[in-house]
Amino acid sequence: MTGIRLLVGTRKGAFVMTADGNRDRWDVSGPHFGGWEIFHVKGSPADPDTIYASQSTDWFGQLIQRSTDGGQTWSPAGNEFAYEGETGTHLWYDNTPRPWEFKRAWVLEPSLHDPNTVYAGVEDASLFRSTDAGDTWQELPGLRRHETAEGWFPGAGGLCLHTIIQYPDDADRMTAGISAVGALRSDDGGQSWRTITKGLHTEFIPDPEGEIGHCVHRMAMHPARPEVIFMQKHWDVTRTDDGGENWYEISGNLPSDFGFPIDVHAHEPDTVYVVPILSESEHYPPEGKLRVYRSRSGGHEWEALTNGLPQRDCYVNVLRGAMAVDSLDSCGIYFGTTGGQVYVSPDSGDNWDLVVRDLPAVLSVEVQTLE
Amino acid sequence: MIRVTLPLHLQRLADVQGEVRLAIDGPVTLKSVLDALERRYPVLEGTIRFHGEPRRRPMVRFFACGLDLSNEPPETVLPDDVARGTEPLMVVGAMAGG
Repeated sequence: MTGIRLLVGTRKGAFVMTADGNRDRWDVSGPHFGGWEIFHVKGSPADPDTIYASQSTDWFGQLIQRSTDGGQTWSPAGNEFAYEGETGTHLWYDNTPRPWEFKRAWVLEPSLHDPNTVYAGVEDASLFRSTDAGDTWQELPGLRRHETAEGWFPGAGGLCLHTIIQYPDDADRMTAGISAVGALRSDDGGQSWRTITKGLHTEFIPDPEGEIGHCVHRMAMHPARPEVIFMQKHWDVTRTDDGGENWYEISGNLPSDFGFPIDVHAHEPDTVYVVPILSESEHYPPEGKLRVYRSRSGGHEWEALTNGLPQRDCYVNVLRGAMAVDSLDSCGIYFGTTGGQVYVSPDSGDNWDLVVRDLPAVLSVEVQTLE
Repeated sequence: MIRVTLPLHLQRLADVQGEVRLAIDGPVTLKSVLDALERRYPVLEGTIRFHGEPRRRPMVRFFACGLDLSNEPPETVLPDDVARGTEPLMVVGAMAGG
C-alpha cells in the first residue's frame, strides 16, 4: 500500500512522520539531532530511503546528516563548505562591502536522478554540489561570481539561497531564488547564471524594477509545465510563463500578498497554494484566521481554505520551506507553522487536520510518497 | 591524559558521554588539545574552530582552572593542572537565554 513520509525540520530537531495513504493516523519519530536547528530535510527522488538533513546552530556551525534507511538512523556527512578562490564582497545592511562568509545550508536538493548527488543552497548565497552523498562539497562558483553579485544585499534572514528548482527533462537547467536578490537561471548545469527578474516590482528599493534587490521568498514549478514558475515575493504573488523571462503579478483577491511559502498541486499545474500573512512587520495571518488560499486558475482568483484550521486568535507564521504536496491521486497538502503545528489536507486543501500540534517552530516540511 | 569536557550538542555529535581523555605528545596547548580532539572525533571538525584554521567559532568558549582562555593564542600552554589531568579543559557554548 502506498504510504506517506513527512520530513519536518524545526528549531530544535528533525521529525519523521509516517502514515498510510489515508493520511489520518501518523507515527512520529524524533527529535533527531535534538537541540539543533534543522533548516531542511529532503529525500532523494531516485532513492527515497536516502535522506539528507541540514543541521546547524549559531554555536557550532553546520553539519550535514545522511540516512540510508528512510530516516531511522543517521550518519554525519561532510560539513566543509569552502568558497572557491577569491570570495569577493557583497553589500551588508549598512551598505558597506562585506566578504562572503559561509553561515549555513538553507536548502538541500538531492538530484532527480542520482541519490549520491545533492545540491546545497547556502548563506552567504552560493550553490554547492556533492557527488559523493554529502561527504565532500564543491562550490559552483558561477552564481556567486555573477556580474551583479557585488551589489547583492541580505534580507532580514540573511543573504540566503533558499530555492533550487531542477528540471526533469533538462538536467542542465536550474533556477535559484536568493533573498534579497531575485531569481537566477542556469542552462549549463550551474556553471553560469543570468538574472530572471524582468517584471518583478519591489516598491521600497531605489530602483523598484531593477535587475536585483527583489526579496524572493519561494518559487514552485510543476514538472509537467516547466516554463511556468510561481513566486511568493516579499510582497506580491507572481508567475512567469516563459521560464522567468517575464513575470507578472497574480495576487488578485488575496487578503494580503505578503507571505513565504508557495506550492503547486501535484496533478493540476494551475492549482496554486499560498498562506498570506499581514505584512512584513506583522508575520501572522490577517484577522487571526489561519487560511490557506488556493487558486485553481493559475492565480488572480483565490479562495480561502479554512475547514479544520483555526479561525480565531491564531498568530503563527508559515515559513518559506514549510509547505509541501504529495502525489497520491487525491493530492495531499502539508504545512508547518512557527507555533509547532503540522497540518495535512488529504483532499487538495478542502479539509485540514493536525498531524502534530506541539513541535518546536517548524522551519521546513517535505513529503515523500512511497510506493 | 588530558581531560576535555564538551557541551551536550557536541557530546551527542561525537557520541561520547562525560569527559573525553586525550594523550598529547609535546606541549599541551589549546591547539594541540583541539587537534587531538578532532583527530579522535573528526565529526567535530568545524564545530569548535573553523575548518582549516585555528580561529575559534565566536560562540564557543574555553575555560580551565578558573581562567577564560577563549581569546588566548592557539599556542598558549595550558595550566599545569590541565596538563597533569587534574583539571579539565572545558569547551563551552556561550550562554544565551530566552
